[in-house]
Amino acid sequence: MGITEQRVSYTLDSTLQTVDSAEEKATRIATELGFSDDEIMQISMAVREAAVNAVLHGNAYAPDKKVTLSFERTSENLVITICDQGAGMDLGRIPNPLAPENLLKTSGRGIFLMRSFMDVVEIRPSHTGTELKMIKHVHGPSAGDKEASQ
Amino acid sequence: MKISTRQVDGVTIVDCSGRITLGEGSVTLRDTVRDLLAKGNKKIILNLADVNYIDSSGIGELVSAFTTTKNQNGELKLLKLTKKVNDLLQITKLYTVFDVKDDETEAVKSFK
Repeated sequence: MGITEQRVSYTLDSTLQTVDSAEEKATRIATELGFSDDEIMQISMAVREAAVNAVLHGNAYAPDKKVTLSFERTSENLVITICDQGAGMDLGRIPNPLAPENLLKTSGRGIFLMRSFMDVVEIRPSHTGTELKMIKHVHGPSAGDKEASQ
Repeated sequence: MKISTRQVDGVTIVDCSGRITLGEGSVTLRDTVRDLLAKGNKKIILNLADVNYIDSSGIGELVSAFTTTKNQNGELKLLKLTKKVNDLLQITKLYTVFDVKDDETEAVKSFK
């Protein structure tokens, strides 16, 4: 995919390879869009965490269930959407990983990290799966330069 | 992820390099720490100087290593965090949980 395209989407298997692949795609696209090194790391990690949730907690590695991942570039944002085909995330059961009683838990930090790294994180669970949308605003002059050159 | 261990004055230093992420990296770290504890090595330093990436699963493995060691009356410390790992531990408030050292000699000496 080139950065001249406005939107690209992928349909991926529910495997660990998908997690790595999603991260690599995010890194490449964020780099092409001119985000800073720190922002690229943040976007890549947020996508990795979202992919982990989709593959493990959503689809539970089911071979017949897919993960769809899309990147959309608007004039002001990079919009990333990840959907799984699981039973739908229960938003009421997402713990606060910073609470003292949760600090030493070995899991439950994925969504917290996504929210820390992205400007907007929206989670829409349904009985046919969970859609997770993340937005990163385009800030830097390098990103603006690239945008103007297209 | 690559791991090697060495002994310095009764302390086991685990030199980690690469990525600690869901899958192989996390499992390797988990197995290494459990093996050390099973053999009676209860003073452990995880040298993370060459760990360039860690995800939430990797963070979970660090927590697991810490609590598993503590539950067996041992002590586990972290050494030489990269900026990325340091930032993640700050964000997740785990920096206050772990005993983090910058100097290996001082880290070894800090064990009782």
